[in-house]
Amino acid sequence: MNAEALDIDTLLQNLADCLRRQIETRRLRDPLLVGIHTGGVWIAERLRERLGIETPLGRLNIAFYRDDFSRIGMHPEVRPSQLPSTENRDVILIDDVLYTGRTIRAALNELFDYGRPRQVILGVLIERDGRELPIQPDCVGGRVSLGPDQRIKLTGPDPLKLEIHTVEAP
Amino acid sequence: MSCVLQLDAGGRLRHFLTVEGLGRDWLERIMDTAESFESVAVQKVKKVPLLRGKTVVNLFFETSTRTRTTFELAAKRLSADVLNINVAVSATAKGESLLDTIRNLEAMGVDMFVVRHAESGAAHFIARHVAPHVSVINAGDGRHAHPTQAMLDMFTIRRHKRDFSRLTVAIVGDILHSRVARSQIHALNTLGAREVRVVAPRTLLPVAVERLGVRVCHDLDAGLEDADVVIMLRLQKERMQGALLPSEREFFRCFGLTAARLRRARPDCLVMHPGPINRGVEIASEVADCSRSVILEQVGHGIAIRMAVMALTLGAVQG
Repeated sequence: MNAEALDIDTLLQNLADCLRRQIETRRLRDPLLVGIHTGGVWIAERLRERLGIETPLGRLNIAFYRDDFSRIGMHPEVRPSQLPSTENRDVILIDDVLYTGRTIRAALNELFDYGRPRQVILGVLIERDGRELPIQPDCVGGRVSLGPDQRIKLTGPDPLKLEIHTVEAP
Repeated sequence: MSCVLQLDAGGRLRHFLTVEGLGRDWLERIMDTAESFESVAVQKVKKVPLLRGKTVVNLFFETSTRTRTTFELAAKRLSADVLNINVAVSATAKGESLLDTIRNLEAMGVDMFVVRHAESGAAHFIARHVAPHVSVINAGDGRHAHPTQAMLDMFTIRRHKRDFSRLTVAIVGDILHSRVARSQIHALNTLGAREVRVVAPRTLLPVAVERLGVRVCHDLDAGLEDADVVIMLRLQKERMQGALLPSEREFFRCFGLTAARLRRARPDCLVMHPGPINRGVEIASEVADCSRSVILEQVGHGIAIRMAVMALTLGAVQG
């Protein structure tokens, strides 16, 4: 898929369809939808309507769980996580872009500090190459192949838009 | 001078020694960060891995159970390893110099010193001599500063009142010997409080205290008039023996906060105290325990503020 094909509505529909199937086949009970701050929360808000989930949305800020704190320090705008107990819950974890896998690793660590979930399903709007950890999504809206000097970013919340930037190599 | 020492070349907070000279943006950032740390207290596992692998030493040359405990809990909630050293009964008592103590601890891989000392400037002195990767937090030095206490007080006020520019704050009691009051005054002025009043007998006020940007009142009733926040300070018992005050009873009669006196303040006035409180000396029991009192809330906020300061300072140095 190239950048021109990144239509948000289509990606959201693909992701919602896949999650609906997962909810059925894995027999999720009253799933807790959790978005990772900030893009993941925007996506989760839209999915909540499409999936008809009534439980309030969980918001996860992984800033305190990042593995690069000693290199980059505190993020200037840290918003607190808002999450009920995850003990024995079925959790659907949502992020906008899956890249290295480090954000998801941190998010899983944080989820477990709120309790031990029964199971966690990972859904991402867009998956790209460049994984540094063995983490794979259960559901994706779409996939894109990018070079190591390219980054994909979701801007929003209204309208939601995916942008591809070229960055200088470190 | 303090700012030069506290902020590194990139403008990041390397040490936290005093509120004086720190910009409003920094004070707000500390409070914002503390707000986000409050969610840690509701997690099943009350811990985040931010300072995993870091070692924090509580270096207390003066005993203070409450302050040391909140620093210890804050460091542990950030997953740091914590050492508590009561210096009064350790190496310096055997003749080792302060710098030798610091260097020995540094050699053990310490990343942060939390320092409480009876001498003003002790934390600054240590900050000037530590290795580049080490941060220093002032947990109270002499009559000079107690910046984390002031920040938790500001955090408590902001939680209830939001807009500092509308606030009249009365600080009541022993201003002369209070490092807390000095830090509070600097913080309130930086945050733009409409009026800061200090209320005390002449013997317990520093010379030319007006230069700190406060209005002076020697009468509690006048000092409380339409106040939005009243901060009572702790009266040290030794001040009675120092002939600065006639008696505890007399102090309470003139400057003790009672329910009747509190009626002079605004109906939604917050009652604060840095603790530990002397009931019946600075404050009547019924006021300390009333619905307007946020004294216990202040203690809880102390952990979040200290977590924020530790994370911001250690996040500014290379690990």
